[in-house]
Amino acid sequence: MSVNSNLFVIIFASAIFYGTPLVFAAVGELLAERSGVINLGVEGMMLLGAVSAAMVAANVDGPAALVLPLALLAAMVAAGLGASIHAFLVITLRVNQIISGLALTIFAGAAGLSSYLANVWGLGKHPALNQFGRMDLFGLKKFPVLGPILFDQTLLTYLSWVLVVAVMVYLFRTRMGLHLRAVGESPQTADSVGISVTRYRYGHVIVGGMLAGVAGACFSLTIVPTWANGLTAGEGWIALALVIFGFWRPDLTLVGAYLFGALSSLSYTLQARGIDVPTALLDALPYVATIVVLVIVSNSRISRRLGSPAALGRPYEREER
Amino acid sequence: MSIATRVGLRLEPRVDTPRWMNWAVPVGSFLSALLVGSLVLLITSQNPISVYQRILERGFLDTGSLSGTFISATPLLFTGLCAAVAFRVGFFNIGGEGQFYVGAIFASGIALALGADAQSWIAVGAMVLAGALGGAIWAFIPGILKACFRTNEIITSLMLNYVAGIGATYLIFESDSFWRELGGTGAVFPKGKIIPLSAQWPSFELGTLVVPFGLLLGAIVAVWLHTLQRRTRFGYEMRVVGGAPSTARYAGMRPARVIVSVAMLSGALAGLGGAADVGNFRHVLDPKGLQQSGFGYAGIVVAALARLNPIAVVFVAIILGGITNAGYALQGPDFPAGLVGTLEGLILFCTLGGEVLVRYRIVSTRRQAVTV
Repeated sequence: MSVNSNLFVIIFASAIFYGTPLVFAAVGELLAERSGVINLGVEGMMLLGAVSAAMVAANVDGPAALVLPLALLAAMVAAGLGASIHAFLVITLRVNQIISGLALTIFAGAAGLSSYLANVWGLGKHPALNQFGRMDLFGLKKFPVLGPILFDQTLLTYLSWVLVVAVMVYLFRTRMGLHLRAVGESPQTADSVGISVTRYRYGHVIVGGMLAGVAGACFSLTIVPTWANGLTAGEGWIALALVIFGFWRPDLTLVGAYLFGALSSLSYTLQARGIDVPTALLDALPYVATIVVLVIVSNSRISRRLGSPAALGRPYEREER
Repeated sequence: MSIATRVGLRLEPRVDTPRWMNWAVPVGSFLSALLVGSLVLLITSQNPISVYQRILERGFLDTGSLSGTFISATPLLFTGLCAAVAFRVGFFNIGGEGQFYVGAIFASGIALALGADAQSWIAVGAMVLAGALGGAIWAFIPGILKACFRTNEIITSLMLNYVAGIGATYLIFESDSFWRELGGTGAVFPKGKIIPLSAQWPSFELGTLVVPFGLLLGAIVAVWLHTLQRRTRFGYEMRVVGGAPSTARYAGMRPARVIVSVAMLSGALAGLGGAADVGNFRHVLDPKGLQQSGFGYAGIVVAALARLNPIAVVFVAIILGGITNAGYALQGPDFPAGLVGTLEGLILFCTLGGEVLVRYRIVSTRRQAVTV
């Protein structure tokens, strides 16, 4: 047996495959939270993205190079619209961010708009005509160990790496990123030097939502190509936990996403190898691990130094000058 | 240099709220939700008027429909109380869903354990206690984690929903547990054991109207919670901890202890809902049915619409129960699944937006911007 079909290689490769939607969703949420807005609607926005992408993929016949970008675009628009409802309610109307985000997940979620649209569009009956397949990047797939782990992924995975690097540079190396962090830490200060708190918050909540839409599209265009209501199975909530786990940094969030990707793929991988572990135990593992990780992170000393943006969750009310 | 005048809108806190707004705003919010909902329906080529008319008929007006509505309202009443109590103190327990499952597991377990020979009132009483205990245990986990480590309870309580769902599925589909029916058709199609007749909760008939015992119990609990919040020392502590945790500490209260107690109380309410669901309607542990209903999540909508007031929860639960009941009755090509959740979400959005009108005045501003 070649080294490339080693169990650990397969676990690492599927960690990245199943962790990819988590990267998009968590980095999106991270952008919103860096501006001071929590959006608990991630799960709902992911499902909106998933259903829109599935609709395009099931109904538009054409070359994959045309249909798939269109499907991604649809996912981003749908989830971005969802995010803008939240943005309007919490930024302009100063509604409680937690309740508004929950409302978004209930509105769009597994028992809401996403499954309504899937029913109206009859998505259960029509599987996607086009999907994101595995891409042998630079022909490096045959490379021992690293080849199948890193270079036999879908285009979405490669895009997620570009995203993480871009957001790292944006946050810590550009003026706009600096302004964004200022808005999240101290909106009064940011406002006093002429940064528009409202504009930054709207922008990042909506972009964050669009990324959640891409995360949803990862499900309906690669992981679960035939529609099932609630196919994201709570990963939107895990993404929220990953932002805390990653201390609001894209690079650490990526590590966390792959950790959870590994956990949530473990039951498929082990069963395919005929290793007998109770399914219920493996299925519950990612959720239990999320709790354990959150407890460790919330209790550690580092979290005091690398904690959440100071203005997270608080509406900004500008005093009249 | 040029001077441009920008007209914008500004929110200004109200000093006092006119009386008429207290009823006009909720009614207006509800109507605007229906209006937005009809846009969604039109876009997806459904006829909004006939959809709304059918919801009204099947949820409230047809003979027997109100009895069905009461059945859907009962679990919503309990999960609504669960969210209302916890949100009041700033403990965002969205684990009502999982606490509901665990309550159902405990209640069905005790009913099966007592067997057919138990006296009815003992069996029902034991189910009530077991359900509440199960929910309280499940909610204790996020409560104690929040109190000791300040761990975000939103995410921990939500993760436990999935764990509880997987646990219930394991009991019926993946093991030969005490809850599973192994004889008869159960040997081929996995399903739970039916609880004995003596453990099935009674319903009361008022003419054509059938009122389940669970709904009455829920209404009594709601009144009890109302007095608990308004008239007791614990209720006072809950208000202070919810409003200003540091004040609570200075006043010698122990916020951590209040939070854990409220978490367990909140979980017990959801667990009671699970017990009522098994006792009054399902008579069996049905993991798939439980997970499809999503009563725990809908309870958050109920609590938010009721503005976290336990008495109001009773009425909101009946209204949303009517919509849910109509959803079950009408499900089909003309009334796709998911419509109920969509409408609930819209009602919630509009209510949240509408409350802004109660708290703030919207003032138009003219600002002169000078650009050099």
